[in-house]
Amino acid sequence: MAIKVHGNPLSPAAQRVLLCLAEKDLEHEFVYVDLATGQQKKEPFISINVPAFEDGDLKLFESRAITKYIAHAYADKGTPLINHEDLKKMAIIGVWLEVEAQRFDAAGHKLSFEILVKPIKGWTTDEALVEQLQAQLTTVLDVYEKRLAQSKYLGGDNFSLADLHHVPIVNNLLKTKVKALFEERPHVWAWCEDILARPAWKKVLEGVKF
Amino acid sequence: MAAPVKVYGPPLSTAVSRVLACLLEKDVPFQLLPVNMAKGEHKKPDYLNIQPFGQVPAFQDESITLFESRAISRYICDKYANQGNKRLYGTNPLEKASIDQWLEAEGQNFNPPSSILVFQLAFAPRMKIKQDENLIKQNEAKLAKVLDVYDKRLEESRYLAGDDFTLADLSHLPNGQYLVNATDRGELFTSRKNVERWWGEISSKESWKKVVEMQKSPSPKSA
Repeated sequence: MAIKVHGNPLSPAAQRVLLCLAEKDLEHEFVYVDLATGQQKKEPFISINVPAFEDGDLKLFESRAITKYIAHAYADKGTPLINHEDLKKMAIIGVWLEVEAQRFDAAGHKLSFEILVKPIKGWTTDEALVEQLQAQLTTVLDVYEKRLAQSKYLGGDNFSLADLHHVPIVNNLLKTKVKALFEERPHVWAWCEDILARPAWKKVLEGVKF
Repeated sequence: MAAPVKVYGPPLSTAVSRVLACLLEKDVPFQLLPVNMAKGEHKKPDYLNIQPFGQVPAFQDESITLFESRAISRYICDKYANQGNKRLYGTNPLEKASIDQWLEAEGQNFNPPSSILVFQLAFAPRMKIKQDENLIKQNEAKLAKVLDVYDKRLEESRYLAGDDFTLADLSHLPNGQYLVNATDRGELFTSRKNVERWWGEISSKESWKKVVEMQKSPSPKSA
């Protein structure tokens, strides 16, 4: 099979890639990498990072570079996730792609790790850090609330890669007490419900035992 | 003739300098507009309309307003694809994919620890803020691991994404500049043979030298 993804289906980064493939309706092979055994450090290609991606001869890492490649290379398949034609519209999507990568994820990913992952592994949550991260996330969600009051999706009128990148961490955080931060912002909440209800995401979840 | 694009913010800001380097590489005329952060201008409604987080840079090009330096840089490369350094963001999708990969590596892996080190070691002393030794140690260790990966990569590849200097390399210049020249941790770069070679090449680009000049100048306005 031309497209392969190496990773752990529980990892938000791997889920980001799987969701993108599901939205684009692309067949692929998933190669499970057991992070616990350090398996990902063994092969030279995938030792840099997981998830890792192959499409024929092309090899890529970094989930957001992988999804960008998929969105452009398969622009005509499945859900349009970027705007090939309109440079300005693509630039706006680009802004919110960076906001997710630089601001939302910084707080959200670490929160998810502290509140969800650590207890599962039997490690102690750093409560002081959790408070700090919640404050950071609040700042971001206040900006999102304003944005989503004037725009149906972050990047514009249509669902795009900018929204898609948020799905795995939003999904995790809504299982925790941090859900309140999303619920108390009506536009953010409506957007969360919308993006989590997409059939492609449900398909990804079916493959994840969590 | 099109009006020059507008960049808001001081060249000393790492994120602003990232955009300036890109504009200079692409030969795009720009106007640099100050944001008086001492007077809280960045938190006022007028500014928040163009940058909702109240940070720099913000960018305007005809009717479009953008923020986030890496998004601005990608836009500049796409819009002005046919001028200046045409290979800065690749000339085909495969080249672009490789550049995006290393741009994400910069944004996700290099930027967080290097930003903290730059703040702690270069800025905190100037601002009379107490340094956090633990934070410095932790992030030095993190950055060392990242640079080990880079050193391996740069053994086989002249620049991060391939044979050409690209946006992926450029994106490292702002933090790298402070680390190597304004802190005593430059050896993080210089002790790694391939990273040192790469740093030497990318930091001697004419465009970056111009940005460094702007950072030293009391009131740089445009190019």
